[in-house]
Amino acid sequence: MSPPPSGPRQGRLRGLVTGLLRRRREPSPREGDGGPPQGEAERYEFDAGPNRRAENLILLALGGASLAAVCFAVLFVVLPDTQLLGIALGGSFALLGLAAILAGKKVVPQEIAIEERTDFGDEQVQEEVAEMVSGAGAGVSRRKLLIGAAGATGATVGASALVPAAALGPAVGEIVAQTPWSCGRRVVDSQDRPVKPEDVTVGTFITGFPEGASRRELGSSIVLVKVPPNELEIPARLRAVAPEGVLAFSKICPHAGCAIGIYRHPLFEPTSERPALVCPCHYSTFDVRRGGTLEFGPAGRDLPQLPLMLNPEREILAAGEFLEQIGPSYLRIRKDALDR
Amino acid sequence: MIKRAVGFFDDRLGVAPGARKLLRYVFPDHWSFLLGEIALNAFLVLVATGIFLAFYYTPSDADTVYRGAYEPLQGLGMTEAYWSTINLSLDVPAGLLMRQTHHWAANLMIVAITLHLLRILLTGAVRRPREINYLVGVTLLAVTVLEGFAGYSLPDDLLSGMGLVIAYGVAMSIPLLGGDLSFLIWGGEYPGSAEFFPRLYITHVLLVPGLIAGLIGAHLAMIARQHHTQFRGKVATERNVVGYPLWPGYALKSGGLLLITAAVLFLLGGLVQINPIWQWGPYEPYLSTNGAQPDWYLGWLLGGLRLMPALEIQLGSWTVVPNPFWGGLAFPTLVFLTMYAWPWIDRRWLGDHRRHELLDLPRDNPRRTAIVMSYFSWVLVVFVAGSIDRLYFRSTIPYEAQIWFLRIAVVVVPVITYFAVKRLCGELRDLERHPLRGWNGKVVRRTPAGGFETLELEEGIPAAGRDGADGAGDGARQPAATAGASAGDEERRAR
Repeated sequence: MSPPPSGPRQGRLRGLVTGLLRRRREPSPREGDGGPPQGEAERYEFDAGPNRRAENLILLALGGASLAAVCFAVLFVVLPDTQLLGIALGGSFALLGLAAILAGKKVVPQEIAIEERTDFGDEQVQEEVAEMVSGAGAGVSRRKLLIGAAGATGATVGASALVPAAALGPAVGEIVAQTPWSCGRRVVDSQDRPVKPEDVTVGTFITGFPEGASRRELGSSIVLVKVPPNELEIPARLRAVAPEGVLAFSKICPHAGCAIGIYRHPLFEPTSERPALVCPCHYSTFDVRRGGTLEFGPAGRDLPQLPLMLNPEREILAAGEFLEQIGPSYLRIRKDALDR
Repeated sequence: MIKRAVGFFDDRLGVAPGARKLLRYVFPDHWSFLLGEIALNAFLVLVATGIFLAFYYTPSDADTVYRGAYEPLQGLGMTEAYWSTINLSLDVPAGLLMRQTHHWAANLMIVAITLHLLRILLTGAVRRPREINYLVGVTLLAVTVLEGFAGYSLPDDLLSGMGLVIAYGVAMSIPLLGGDLSFLIWGGEYPGSAEFFPRLYITHVLLVPGLIAGLIGAHLAMIARQHHTQFRGKVATERNVVGYPLWPGYALKSGGLLLITAAVLFLLGGLVQINPIWQWGPYEPYLSTNGAQPDWYLGWLLGGLRLMPALEIQLGSWTVVPNPFWGGLAFPTLVFLTMYAWPWIDRRWLGDHRRHELLDLPRDNPRRTAIVMSYFSWVLVVFVAGSIDRLYFRSTIPYEAQIWFLRIAVVVVPVITYFAVKRLCGELRDLERHPLRGWNGKVVRRTPAGGFETLELEEGIPAAGRDGADGAGDGARQPAATAGASAGDEERRAR
């Protein structure tokens, strides 16, 4: 219990005096009954005294906070503009907070207290507790058997109670492998119009869908690009399903399932990079001329290709299902479902 | 009045002794102790604004058509989830203020937790007897990131959907179980059955917040039981707690900090736009946008997915480990497991099994600080990879080159950081031991005649000595403290 040190400011000196007076009026517990109760804080420094300037500031801040709060209510009714509402509500909180901090630092008595830490870890009590717990087994003849049986039963009951969780969704099985595409299905664009090879221009891509099917399915959307046939670097049997150099790929990246959104098409060959479809999420980059093989990025598989053909009206149709499974990889997706 | 109120409750419940203890409860003071408090304050703002949002939001993927006030979306087909979020943002008075404040508060909460965690690691606050509370804190960080992601996904705008499909890809990539597990979560193949949004919603507004509230309760109860740590000081020792009693000063200041936190968040929510979902548009699985950036706390996961080379482990016709597993799950799991193990790593490496109530300054223990900062820099490099595509669009450096640069940096930067930080801390520590620190106000000067004279300067201490002594109580570390140190103590006490 050392007396508080004298500070440089006069107000502090005054506070010191009032602090001392106050302490004299109410004798400290140590003088009264021989020390504070166990585990309670002891006064180390104490400083109290009026600070009219701070009190005035607080009154001002409280007034401002009320005003801002009323403004908020009025604005809400009259002109609920997000910016004005934010300023009014934020301002009222700020002024109220300012008042509270000023009061805490400058107006109420300032005290620093010391408390002795209580010790944990009385070994005798720990032993007693351990004995009380194990005492439950006193006089029981087949203790280990009973405990083992109870544990096993608990696990069984718990596991059984969790079984309904299996009904949360279907088994992954065949669903992933199915897409709306099959031989002869017409390709339409986002406006439901059939697509002809001349609609796809070199250097851009268009998004296609299976006619009449849900577009929300992962297996629905495709990217259509055109590569001049002499630039294609794919085997002849893949060329056969790319009529007039139009290639179709699943729009869903086989890495994490984002939609392919970037077509990197060079302006100045051969110095710049090759044309590639790029996923904007993790930048898996698929070489278009090589039939969507991975050129860079994290994807573990190539971009699945959809075989195409033309009908007599020169509309683009699917010539079969995707050549590989679409969508993000999981246990039962194979890298080489069909040999390229 | 007050006496009667106290009497009323104490006569019936016997609360007076407990209240006496509570009001006299001692809090040590340091600016860095407020970081955790700011996280708690942000959580309270999140609950308050979240209740408002919950009264308007519809967790449904049913189709609807927009016919509201916002002209560019007129007649566009969208889900009810997206419709209701647009509606509460643009047609409900104060709705946008509440939504933006909610979003800012989520970002702030995770910033505060992360900085709080760094403070805890750097000052050695995880040491005995506080290991359990540290584990609760690390769990809180993990759960809060999950909660943030769930909230980010609810509006069903383009960014939400792009985040969710990546989450689906990562869930699918869990070895062996991934496919079935993600089908259970989504109720089928992505984008999932009609039950998915209600599931996500109840997770975001009840299950995870309930867990967070419970963990915060446990976190605070353990602090109350053990008392807060403190920095070394003239009177602060391993055996006591020195600080402000709860009542009245500390309570007022703490309440003030809550109000100021709320004020900053509402001002941000009102004045600084965040996640303008009406500009992103509704999500469909065939849509994506370039340069999409998630909330900052997901950056390290995005970076992990981007940095990973194209590696999938195949076994016969099975893909045992699909690629997103590495960056999206293995990396964060490793980060969190290391954090969980840290109290025991710290103890083993530094060979210190004693109980500690006093905190170290980061420079006091160069090796620990170096390890922590090196680890942090490792995660930070991966985090940077999450935003690297912004540079790709603004510079002529090819994306591939940037990624390769970062793949090398992920190995090199932590090593450099380790040695740089260790050296820096060592030198800071040595600086403290400089003879000028104990300067007694005398200067020895050579006279024109060739002899020496001793001058006593009354102005006091040169700046170097002051700065050193002004830290958290270096007096105790140097028992033979002279004028420099004791003047610093005086100054500190006069605050």
